[in-house]
Amino acid sequence: MDTTCIMCPMGCALRVEETDGKVVVTGNGCPRGAKYGEAEFLHPERVVTTLLKHERGGVVSVKTDRPIPKSKIGEFLSWAASYRVSGAVATGDALAEDPVGCGATVVATADYEE
Amino acid sequence: MERFDVAVIGGGPAGMAAALAAREKGATVALLERDDRLGGILNQCIHNGFGLHYFGEELTGPEYAKRFRDKVLADAGITVFLEAMVLSLTEDRVVTALSPTKGLVEIEAGAVVLAMGCRERSAGAIALAGTRPAGIYTAGMAQRLCNVEGYLVGKEVVILGSGDIGLIMARRMTSEGAKVKLVAEIMPFSSGLKRNIVQCLNDYDIPLRYSTTVTRVTGKNRLTGVYVAPVGEGLRPDLSREEYIPCDTLLLSVGLIPENDLLTGSRVEMSRVTSGAVVDEYRQTSVPGIFSAGNVLHVHDLVDNVSEEARIAGAAAADYAQGALSAGETLSVTAADGVRYALPQRVHAGEGTVRLYFRVDKVYRGRTVVVTSGGEVIKRKKTLVMAPGEMQYIEVDRALFKGDVSVRTEE
Amino acid sequence: MEKYDVIVIGGGVVGTAVLRSLSAYKAKVLLLEKSSDVASGASRANSGIVHAGYDAEPGTKKAYFNVKGAATFPSLTRELHVPYKMTGSLVAAREGGLPALEELKRRADLNGVKAEILPAEKVRALEPNISREILYALYAPEAGVVSPYKLTIAQADHAVVNGAEIRLEEKVVALSKRGDEFFVRTDRGEYAASYVVNAAGAGAAEVNGLIGEEAPVETHAVGDYYILDSTAAGIVNTVVFPLPDEKGKGILVAPTADGNVILGPTSRKVPHDEAERCEVTPEGLALVREGVLRLIPSVDLRKVIRVYAGTRTAVGGDFIIEESTRFPRYFMLLGICSPGLTSAPAIGEYVAGEAAASLGLEKKQSMLPLPHKFRLSEASAEEIRGKVLSDPSFGRIVCRCEKVTEGEILAAIRSPLPARTVDAVKRRVRAGMGRCQGGFCRPRVMEILSRELGVPLSEIRLGDAGSEIAPYEVKQNYGKI
Repeated sequence: MDTTCIMCPMGCALRVEETDGKVVVTGNGCPRGAKYGEAEFLHPERVVTTLLKHERGGVVSVKTDRPIPKSKIGEFLSWAASYRVSGAVATGDALAEDPVGCGATVVATADYEE
Repeated sequence: MERFDVAVIGGGPAGMAAALAAREKGATVALLERDDRLGGILNQCIHNGFGLHYFGEELTGPEYAKRFRDKVLADAGITVFLEAMVLSLTEDRVVTALSPTKGLVEIEAGAVVLAMGCRERSAGAIALAGTRPAGIYTAGMAQRLCNVEGYLVGKEVVILGSGDIGLIMARRMTSEGAKVKLVAEIMPFSSGLKRNIVQCLNDYDIPLRYSTTVTRVTGKNRLTGVYVAPVGEGLRPDLSREEYIPCDTLLLSVGLIPENDLLTGSRVEMSRVTSGAVVDEYRQTSVPGIFSAGNVLHVHDLVDNVSEEARIAGAAAADYAQGALSAGETLSVTAADGVRYALPQRVHAGEGTVRLYFRVDKVYRGRTVVVTSGGEVIKRKKTLVMAPGEMQYIEVDRALFKGDVSVRTEE
Repeated sequence: MEKYDVIVIGGGVVGTAVLRSLSAYKAKVLLLEKSSDVASGASRANSGIVHAGYDAEPGTKKAYFNVKGAATFPSLTRELHVPYKMTGSLVAAREGGLPALEELKRRADLNGVKAEILPAEKVRALEPNISREILYALYAPEAGVVSPYKLTIAQADHAVVNGAEIRLEEKVVALSKRGDEFFVRTDRGEYAASYVVNAAGAGAAEVNGLIGEEAPVETHAVGDYYILDSTAAGIVNTVVFPLPDEKGKGILVAPTADGNVILGPTSRKVPHDEAERCEVTPEGLALVREGVLRLIPSVDLRKVIRVYAGTRTAVGGDFIIEESTRFPRYFMLLGICSPGLTSAPAIGEYVAGEAAASLGLEKKQSMLPLPHKFRLSEASAEEIRGKVLSDPSFGRIVCRCEKVTEGEILAAIRSPLPARTVDAVKRRVRAGMGRCQGGFCRPRVMEILSRELGVPLSEIRLGDAGSEIAPYEVKQNYGKI
């Protein structure tokens, strides 16, 4: 896998390969890059932010309260496309518990007044 | 005429931080915001990545804004004017604003902090050739329509410019059901953050082409496509290699301009490089008692830096209003050899340290940043890499100032 | 089928001038316009110059209507509250250019237009920024600048106030005469009329073809323009032309009536369909830059806020302004290119008079005035205080660059000829015409339109059908593309 290290502005071009069950990172300029490359290879994760539609019209901005596996982002966005929020919402409210089975709660990042 | 120690113009991240810092010094504060709520552009930036430096945790834009807004609204010493557009500012610091509830408001202030933010360069400013259909937007306009109003501007998107808002919108549009076909960047590098290139483009397999620009657009009522071409010397497009990309949307992320219209015709000295005021380390402009901070002073990369800078301006404005800001001769700070600009552009000699912020003109690896004063080197700092998109700073000891200051890079 | 005394086809500056003049008569009149607003063709994007009248060949219709039209502008624009400034104009000549100026001066004398040839120092006194290479200029003190689309809109509004009807987004698809009656079919309806005026601009030959009248050969040209920010105002005080050539009056530098600076146009001959597309070309922009720098070398092109192209249609050398001999009471206005804007009020007056005489229409005792609208940018502090107190929406600034309030936008949407699109609002109140070009205010203008028209935001258009700005709800297309 080829990727770019984002640990510092250097932006080293990393190559990550698995040989004999061992993850090898090349192209990194420092140990932080090696660690980042290995994590991106084995279990890349992202906090996902998006909008949810409110049943009364308008939108509510949300985030996952912890990073979710990158491979789950598509499933998460599909869920978000069909989900509808109801009632008043305050920043920090949990709107859905673990919708795609990776332990992350969907939290409102802004208020919605009905 | 109402009277306040400090009037802050603009209720975004800079204005709110300036107002709170002025309050910590005991000043009475008027905070004037043209929108109907505080927070500025942060309210439409629903992505995360804000606050890592300032709060030590990752927040979304609305969350970052709320931290400041809650404090501002809870402080009885800050009078907030919403939907209040400032129409004029005089040198003796009379601020005239218009609001639907209060009509014409005149405020006499001991000091003024300018915190009006910036605007996006438009299609007109880059003289885009072709027709004039619907379907062409600045990235920020599309962002507002999406994140605040809940409407998407199109289905098939080309983005010109790889500034951070453009990168962020590539991901947002994709997440909301659009296909981003290309991000074209005229320079051989991006002015956006590396993290945004990885997480907004690479994560979603969105192609980014450097040294490429949009040459013209087609479509009568709605955009039907754009021509792109690689650029050669002098950034001139090579029209023999023009390629047509059908799309219904073109987003522009081609630069931000400090919004200093209020200073047109004033005696505030302006920088041609930053399009903001020339300031000293207190962020005081050439007109005493008028301060400037945030994107209206110079375009920042991170909101955390905006908050930091606005705190300096807000505290100094309160000092000025209370007669406690030391005046005195200033030394000039100039930029050279790879440094596009340094800010503040003027400093006082004295005690303690001062941070000189600067931006480089292209990507540099392994360069040394050198600060001289009165012709002598007073600080050197070796760097791994510096990119134009990232604000740099270097801290120097004020006791070492012997004359005018220069910030430059060397091999 | 609704029956009218007169139907005017085309809502440009000429068609609306005819309609306004007709509304002074006791008559049932209708204007049909194919676009979503009046001033959508040549009247939308031109130089906005009120020509003094020295350029047109003496004895032509161009000369007659130009001189007559120009004289009406001071009172007309006051009556219709349209921005107009009598700036004067200069035709600037280099070495060897004197004979050409003398020819223009001769025409001016024959046309009865005030003009004099100034030596270099007097030229520089008027225009300190003019190129050092300019040695003489023809100065016409009574030339001026006007907002062409605001004039068109105001004429339309005034006509509606006086009982005229305007139907937008109705394209005439069939036109016939049976007996004494004309039948006009559009893509939406059918109307009868005793008199028809073809003021369809670039589409006028096509309309002639519908009824079976001969259509002269039209030539279409497209020209590129730059608009500079208001902070560039003052670079010129008058309309500065180069010497005219066979293509036209050349690339000019002028203040606009609204306080910007206009540079252009080029003149590129194109087929009809291309004229409709009105494309800006990089080559054209380069020509404008080149031409402008030869006149005013210190123009700051970093102050460009918009580039666009305008279209114009000509038939031979002169205007065609005449009643059809094959189809009496079918009146044709063809090839109204420059100085068409200047001539329009006089043409309107003339055509309305012809129709009235033919139909025996009686003039009304007086016309109702067009009410003045509040403009924050023109109001005194006292006026602002009073206005906001009575209606808070006039205290809510929507367009920060041009200082346009919500109240002004609402007034545009509730005008006699209502604004229905973002562009229509922009042309009436300048929201989105400033240096950010709508970056901030466009979503706000869309919200206001959505609320006022009672339609979702996704249906709000920039201009004509198919120009919806944000056509989809978020999530709507997720997984479908």
